[in-house]
Amino acid sequence: MTSRIDNKRCLKMYKQMLTIRRFEEKAIELFEHNLIRGNIHPCIGQEAVSVGACTPLRRDDFMVNTHRGHGNCIAKGADLKRMMAELFGKSTGYCKGKGGSMHIADFEGGNLGANGIVGGGLPIAAGAGVGIQNRGTDQVAVCFFGDGATNQGTFHESLNLAALWKLPVIFVCENNLYGLSTPVREAVSADHISDRAMAYGIPGMSIDGNDIIAVHAKMVEAVERARAGEGPTLLDCITYRFFGHFTGDPGKGITYRSKEEMGQWLERCPIKRFRERLIKEKRITEKMAKTMEANVTASIEEAVQFAKESPLPLPEEALQDLFH
Amino acid sequence: MLKRVPCLCLKRPFKTSSIEMVPNGECEMAEITFVESLRMTLKEEMERDPSLMLIGEDIGRYGGIFGVTKGLLEEFGPQRVRSAPISESAIIGSALGAAMTGIRTVAELMYIDFTPVAMDQIVNQAAKMCYMSGGKAKVPMVIRTQEGGGRGNAAQHSQCLEALFLHIPGLKIVMPSTPYDARGLLKTAIRDDNPVMFIEHKLLYASKGSIPEGEYLIPFGQADIKRKGKDVTIVAISYMVIVALRAAARLAEEGIEAEVIDLRTLVPMDFDAILKSVRNTNRVVIVHEGCRRGGIGAEIAAQIQEEAFDALDAPVERVGALNVPIPYSEPLENAVIPDEEDIVKAVKKVLYRS
Repeated sequence: MTSRIDNKRCLKMYKQMLTIRRFEEKAIELFEHNLIRGNIHPCIGQEAVSVGACTPLRRDDFMVNTHRGHGNCIAKGADLKRMMAELFGKSTGYCKGKGGSMHIADFEGGNLGANGIVGGGLPIAAGAGVGIQNRGTDQVAVCFFGDGATNQGTFHESLNLAALWKLPVIFVCENNLYGLSTPVREAVSADHISDRAMAYGIPGMSIDGNDIIAVHAKMVEAVERARAGEGPTLLDCITYRFFGHFTGDPGKGITYRSKEEMGQWLERCPIKRFRERLIKEKRITEKMAKTMEANVTASIEEAVQFAKESPLPLPEEALQDLFH
Repeated sequence: MLKRVPCLCLKRPFKTSSIEMVPNGECEMAEITFVESLRMTLKEEMERDPSLMLIGEDIGRYGGIFGVTKGLLEEFGPQRVRSAPISESAIIGSALGAAMTGIRTVAELMYIDFTPVAMDQIVNQAAKMCYMSGGKAKVPMVIRTQEGGGRGNAAQHSQCLEALFLHIPGLKIVMPSTPYDARGLLKTAIRDDNPVMFIEHKLLYASKGSIPEGEYLIPFGQADIKRKGKDVTIVAISYMVIVALRAAARLAEEGIEAEVIDLRTLVPMDFDAILKSVRNTNRVVIVHEGCRRGGIGAEIAAQIQEEAFDALDAPVERVGALNVPIPYSEPLENAVIPDEEDIVKAVKKVLYRS
């Protein structure tokens, strides 16, 4: 199946997944050393959704992100240095230190920002779709959200609006099976989140979100459909976060997830699976993979260095940027 | 209830300086209603900016519940005049998404009482987008809505909620009181690159006023002295400006000359205009239709005592609605919403007259 994707792209996808993993591991470490404030919501374990969904996108396509959004930022092409600087609250960060982990936006790269409100981004993505339609371009807007967001009114309002007006929006659910501690089966009335697409007369699919090739394939179809003016698609990507809801969640979420369950999902690590597949298909050698891994680690170190050396904002900057 | 609907012909006898003359110097005055003024302005701005989009409930074929957008669908088509489902969050959120990606948008929420349905999109999203992104997000959107009582619409269709939005950094707030101001301020609001709450008043829609032929814009943060006076300063907004002017006319019969300041915009606020007047009259009454508790009067009074305590000859008076929801029955509603009499009383109180 990977054969449909050229070698260069496959390797780039693998490298991006690795970058997300290392970036987040580093961020957690820095958080534990009190170099990063607030909280981090790690997406470790969900990298196949980020990269699989963003690979078919162009730079001028729009993306609306969630609080668990570092992976999606990186997959949409964000600069690691400016991301890390934002986590450090530095002036050189994407939001000059005013946003932090939950609000990284990169408008040049089509990243319209992440949202601290569950479900808050869905109408904004619909609006980006409205804008595309009114300009008459073939861009698309991708909206990431979690399983929890599908119980918010904004999910239903936005899917209805997008279906009604055939907006070029792809709704990508990063279904990691838990809304903080609440299991999806205790929160979602439908058997599958993708079933909810039926209510709006749009295609909806549940996919193995830890299989990057599966995510990529469905995303390619959804993007084609959106670019052709045929309207939105709902992709329910079933995945798992290896860490807790956030850095303060005890035992990586052990209070609401069993050791066995966590162990089983670790076995299904999307990066490990993709690596094995690439090696099996002889697209990458062990040696190449090792070199790539070393390069990724170096780029993260460079980003940390940049963030550390960057200046903090001056207190008086707090009053700036309220209005454009 | 119809008796409360004003039929005013404000020919701007108080001030003409803010009318910007058209280049050829002509300044033909035409008399139109508040609704006509808004409609004309939207039409002109849509002609001026071919990307400008309207979105809201029943704004298409129906022309909006107050008729403001009548005819615009026919003229500009369904992509630019988007009649949306009853989904207030999606209306505001999609206006925001469109605005952030380069489509200047005017979203309409039929009643300000419906803004709480979309509060996340207004307060957490639109208001914060620019700041949260370190000044990068450009959000050229206007939320047009209307508020106010006086028509027996009861608790969920009569509120004045401007104070809620005054409390949220990141929103500009405009509250016009005349067809002339509505036109000049709506143009400025539409051309602004930030979220603007443009709050109309239902009792003003039928009011008439004169507007000049040519284009004019009224800058934000520029209060208008609707009546000059030396004895007391009345600071008012929206429909309460009209009520305050009536009160001032009555007071004049008793030899009290009230200065009526129409703030026109709450954010930014022309506090200098208030200060200047207060330093002249030494007495001030603030009038708004929203509840007194936590109303805009509280904020203005606090600022006055901070900046001009020495100038005051009497404590600042606030006139606002009683702290209850707006009741349906006419005597009850009249008891809750401030009127001319309340303003007259407050003025006499700060003048120590009875």
